[in-house]
Amino acid sequence: MPAGVGSSVLQRVTKPKTHKGKKVLLDREPKVIENTKQIFFVKGAKTTPELQECLKDIYTLKKPDAKILRNRNHITPFEDATPLEGFGKKFNANHFMMISNNKKRPNNLVIGRLFEHTLMDMVEFGVENYMSLNSFKNEKIATGIKPMLVFQGELFENNSEFGRIKNLLVDMFHREDVEQIRLQGLEHVLSFTAHDNCILFRSYKTLLKKSGTRIPRIELQEIGPRMDLRIRRIKLATDDLFKQACKKPKVLKEKKKKNITEDTFGSTLARVHLGVQKLDTIQTRKMKGLKKTTAEKKRKAAEDLDNSQKKAKVSNVTITEA
Amino acid sequence: MENTNKPENPEHVEMDVGQLLISDFNKVNLKPKSNWEKVLTSTTRDNVQLLVNQIWTLPAKCIEEVIVTDLPKPTYVLPRSRKVPNPKALTKWEQFAKEKGIQKKKKGKSKLQWDDILKKWIPTHGYKKVEAEKTNEWCIEYKEGDDTDPREALKKAKTEKVAKNELQRLRNLAKSKNIKVPKVGVLNTVSAKDPKLLEYGAKVAEVSTASLGKFSEKPPRKTDGKVTKAKNKLKKKKKNTTGRNPGRAGKAPETASSKKPKAGKGNRDFRKKVGGRKRRN
Repeated sequence: MPAGVGSSVLQRVTKPKTHKGKKVLLDREPKVIENTKQIFFVKGAKTTPELQECLKDIYTLKKPDAKILRNRNHITPFEDATPLEGFGKKFNANHFMMISNNKKRPNNLVIGRLFEHTLMDMVEFGVENYMSLNSFKNEKIATGIKPMLVFQGELFENNSEFGRIKNLLVDMFHREDVEQIRLQGLEHVLSFTAHDNCILFRSYKTLLKKSGTRIPRIELQEIGPRMDLRIRRIKLATDDLFKQACKKPKVLKEKKKKNITEDTFGSTLARVHLGVQKLDTIQTRKMKGLKKTTAEKKRKAAEDLDNSQKKAKVSNVTITEA
Repeated sequence: MENTNKPENPEHVEMDVGQLLISDFNKVNLKPKSNWEKVLTSTTRDNVQLLVNQIWTLPAKCIEEVIVTDLPKPTYVLPRSRKVPNPKALTKWEQFAKEKGIQKKKKGKSKLQWDDILKKWIPTHGYKKVEAEKTNEWCIEYKEGDDTDPREALKKAKTEKVAKNELQRLRNLAKSKNIKVPKVGVLNTVSAKDPKLLEYGAKVAEVSTASLGKFSEKPPRKTDGKVTKAKNKLKKKKKNTTGRNPGRAGKAPETASSKKPKAGKGNRDFRKKVGGRKRRN
């Protein structure tokens, strides 16, 4: 028995020393309504200037929910993703993007996401036909703008892998959920087109032109970055895990309201259920003629007293018997 | 509006206005590569136009000279970054209060209390209260026939209170995380009365080192313990070496000698070529 006690060591409890530290730790705990997902960018052992520019451009699109790691890291995510999981835990971020370059896989870009600080989905792309943000000489967009996301191509519907990659890309670029949006702020479009094992990444600025009606006519102007992402290796979560990760908290689920409908005129109709009415005891209109006389009242009081005494006696008997 | 955008096959288009997401599942014709950018821009434009048409139909209002629309809730399902948290476990006190129907005091009460001596409002908690107490109690009487410093006693009482609170906090934490806590390590008043439990506690303490008690010296123990009894039995068995009943105790010497070196001068065995002096050729 003593050996058993020795083997089960109590888990250490990290107690924050400062108020700020406490707040940070609390912020990292799982929540019902989660924070905006953060992303971190990692440079691999070897990179090319083009790839680094690509990383910086995506960073500018993702600011301020992004972090770039300055040092190079010898990580091979498809062999061992634990360092990336460690970074995710450290920075409280659950998306990552990594660049690397080698003979076998030139211009390599890995994007992925974590769930519970463990790897969920990860896709490897080869970056082709890259054109940076700066190579398009025109006016750019403001930072922190929620983009409109456009996915084109039949592969996104037919191919399950492309469907999951679409989910990953939406997750990465949609920024946060908003309740309201400024109409003038709809000025950025990210377009992803599936074409022959390739995803064509384009970024546009919208120009709202007059059309003669209330709804403006849209014109697009490419602002970059532009790249064709050729899919290399894919590591996706099982459907079970994905389903588990997509679970919605019970608190946020809306309860269905029963018996309430809305008719064509916009007025709400509701059905109300009443219980059975007790007609013999119900209080109706009070009238002088129906009032009890003093004699009746006295008789009633006497009866009540009698009843209560009887009850008391019965209770007495039971006590003595016991 | 109709002439500005004509989607080829509107059935194959999915829209999630809440997420500002549009998915066009029609095939994009990208045959001559020189034509890519043109085709991509035009199809994207059409799709964005579709989305914008939908957004402009939503009710808009003006807030601080900015036109704003209410977006519906997004329907496209995205995974969470962490699991949905379980409801927090109640502490032992909270559970007790819930059973007994004890409610927390209202917070409307002022946190300041009037101090008659200092003629000042003093907070109920915090360093300002401690400072006030120090100034108020600049002199404490010794009790009659008691030489201990009353200030020391107060200090000790305070530290004990803090330690107890910390222990309870950890116990609640362990309970909420479903960690087993050894009950014998911390002796309460009930277990201290039971000699069996006390002995057990001593045994646990013996092995409660990093090396599980391997290198620690055994503390002297009173002879009525079980350990000494077992030793006596062994001695008796050794005395009558007839080996009539090789029971549990009979096997014990073998295990006891298991730590002895197999090789050595005394354990010479020619068949196994173990032991004896080193042969030189």
